[in-house]
Amino acid sequence: MEATSVPIPRLASGFRRFGRFILHELRPKGKILTPFNVITGVIVAVGAVLLAIRFIWGLGSITNLSQDVPWGLWIGFDVVTGVAFAGGAYVVTFMVYILGQDKYHPIVRVTVLNGFLAYVFYAGALLLDLGRPWNVINPIIGNSFGVSSVLFLVAWHFLLYMVAEAVEFSPAVAEWLGWDRLRKLLKGLTVGAVIFGITLSTLHQSGLGALYLMAKPKIHPLWYSEFIPILFLVSSVFAGLSMVIFEGTITQKVFRHRVGRSLRASHDGIVLGLARVCAGTMFVYLFLQLLVFVHEQRWAYLGTGWGAWYLIELGGFVILPAVLFMTALRDRNLRLTRVAAVLTLVGILINRLNVSVIAFNWYAAERYFPTWMEIVVTLAVISVELWVFRWIVNRMPVLDFARHDDSDELRARVAGPPVAYQTQE
Amino acid sequence: MKRRDLLRTMCVAGGSAVLGGVTHLEAQDTDTASGRGQAMGVLVDTTKCLGCRLCEFACAKANGLPEPEKEIDRAVERTPTPTQLTVNNRYETEQGPVSVKRQCMHCLRPACVSACLTMAMHKTPTGAVDWDGKKCMGCRFCMVSCPFNVPKFEYHSANPKITKCVMCVDRLARGEEPACVAGCPAGALLFGRREELIEEARKRIYTEPGRYVPHIYGEHEAGGTSWLYLAKVPFDQLGFRTDLGTTAFPMYTKEFLYSVPLALTLVPPFLLAVNRATARAHHEEEPMIEAEGET
Repeated sequence: MEATSVPIPRLASGFRRFGRFILHELRPKGKILTPFNVITGVIVAVGAVLLAIRFIWGLGSITNLSQDVPWGLWIGFDVVTGVAFAGGAYVVTFMVYILGQDKYHPIVRVTVLNGFLAYVFYAGALLLDLGRPWNVINPIIGNSFGVSSVLFLVAWHFLLYMVAEAVEFSPAVAEWLGWDRLRKLLKGLTVGAVIFGITLSTLHQSGLGALYLMAKPKIHPLWYSEFIPILFLVSSVFAGLSMVIFEGTITQKVFRHRVGRSLRASHDGIVLGLARVCAGTMFVYLFLQLLVFVHEQRWAYLGTGWGAWYLIELGGFVILPAVLFMTALRDRNLRLTRVAAVLTLVGILINRLNVSVIAFNWYAAERYFPTWMEIVVTLAVISVELWVFRWIVNRMPVLDFARHDDSDELRARVAGPPVAYQTQE
Repeated sequence: MKRRDLLRTMCVAGGSAVLGGVTHLEAQDTDTASGRGQAMGVLVDTTKCLGCRLCEFACAKANGLPEPEKEIDRAVERTPTPTQLTVNNRYETEQGPVSVKRQCMHCLRPACVSACLTMAMHKTPTGAVDWDGKKCMGCRFCMVSCPFNVPKFEYHSANPKITKCVMCVDRLARGEEPACVAGCPAGALLFGRREELIEEARKRIYTEPGRYVPHIYGEHEAGGTSWLYLAKVPFDQLGFRTDLGTTAFPMYTKEFLYSVPLALTLVPPFLLAVNRATARAHHEEEPMIEAEGET
């Protein structure tokens, strides 16, 4: 009796302390009326009003979607492009935890956090696009498993991947809360989560392309091929890494006060290393595109306006940035790396929109263009994501954390500690 | 430690395999897929169609939809809408005007059904492709996938439905024929078992070769459809797509879906192997340095 009654007041005071800590952390740090906050605040407010309109009067009240264009900006950009941009998380965790490239360890948390938030918010954007969102639970539970659907696979993989990324990031949360024992437990799960996450990523990055396989008669032959899934997967590697380079540039400036010594010291080397991987994968991608070009006998289309657009996409936004990455590597030119990364991101945006929106129903007389309201809602989703990202980076050890008891300890756990180590202890 | 990690990975791989293993494309009833057995259909003989549009009115009445406009511009090619599940268009061809009724083709192996992740769109034993509002989440993937652009979506509703011709499933269940067939005064629509309709269509082509082009649209298009068409001019002159091929559309995603269980079982052990291979190299180096420092 006594043994159980003693800890209760302690537990209660613990809860109270925890509550105070969370309340304290919820308060914004720094000035509230900054230009960034004002602009994003207005966007989010307008976006909220637009969404209210959308849920009362239907999707048609704020979008330009039609019977011929069922998927527009919200799917083509938010989901299809956004998930490619979020590919950095699976590539960087692969390099750090699977290949043991410790050099990239300082960016692993910020990359995983970015990936996790991207999935949460882009999957969230998917909910906005659903006509009957109250049935969204059907493919998850119950007896309504449409297992022959690529979208079923993508939906499940989004969900499971979010869990995997949450587990990968969870040690940072535990460190923030000061829960050391839990942190150790969660860290033990990292390699498993990474392996599961990479596997899921290869399938849903390609799965997003596979969504369009049945739209064969609707997509311009320069963009349709049975290889869309593989092209989407390969391009997600350099899309994700270019996003890591781009975000890293901004993070280094905006969150300078939060960047730890190890990241500050290694940042340039990391960027150049990522640039090398980008350039390599881009040449692989170009070779794949060439194979597809020959296989699908696309010569005939090159003389048309669509052909010119196709050449711009591949020449201006894949070949050019790949060459720029190579040049930047030779000269150790970080600024050029950033230019190349931005060009690459634009190229991915063009490619994904070509498959999903621009070259979709290319023969139609009436073309789809998003309304300003669709664009504002998209910007609102991005704004909220940035708010959450800022909140977390300013509080949790994302850009500054100890390396030694992460990857080394993990590796020891997987390989088993060498005998010499045990006897010394 | 080692064994636990191996076990953990095997659990991950095993769970993944189960998850991917259920991805079965051939789950559809083979009888409906092949068009044999009880699969019903309609043969549309456009050479007999008067273009009176009574099928549109019969359809609206049977489905509780607003009555179609009486006066329309016949020069405009219409498509079905959320409130009008079938339309009758008139085409000016080299052989004079031809009227064509359009609606869902009720594919033998429908793209929309394989696209649907909640099984809201489903093929009934009679061959009709029906939609279940209790399951549908309104993602519109069926619209993206349908080669005939048939499913429509109510963009201006807070409780939007996917609408399409469902071949009057309720009437079929009562042993009646679809409302449009019953309402056709010219005998242009013939309801029956698809197998027999194809025989009938062939017979018409053979006995009156001057009246028809030798092509039954829907016999092979997109893997075959329950609705079949006869015409006196090539079908590309009647607003039909003739570039759809004869492959059933779900087959285009088959290779990808088959790769899913493979990737889910093969990638995790491969990743674990690479992880352990690099880990050992790492730790063979470190104790050496440590040992040197100690001695």
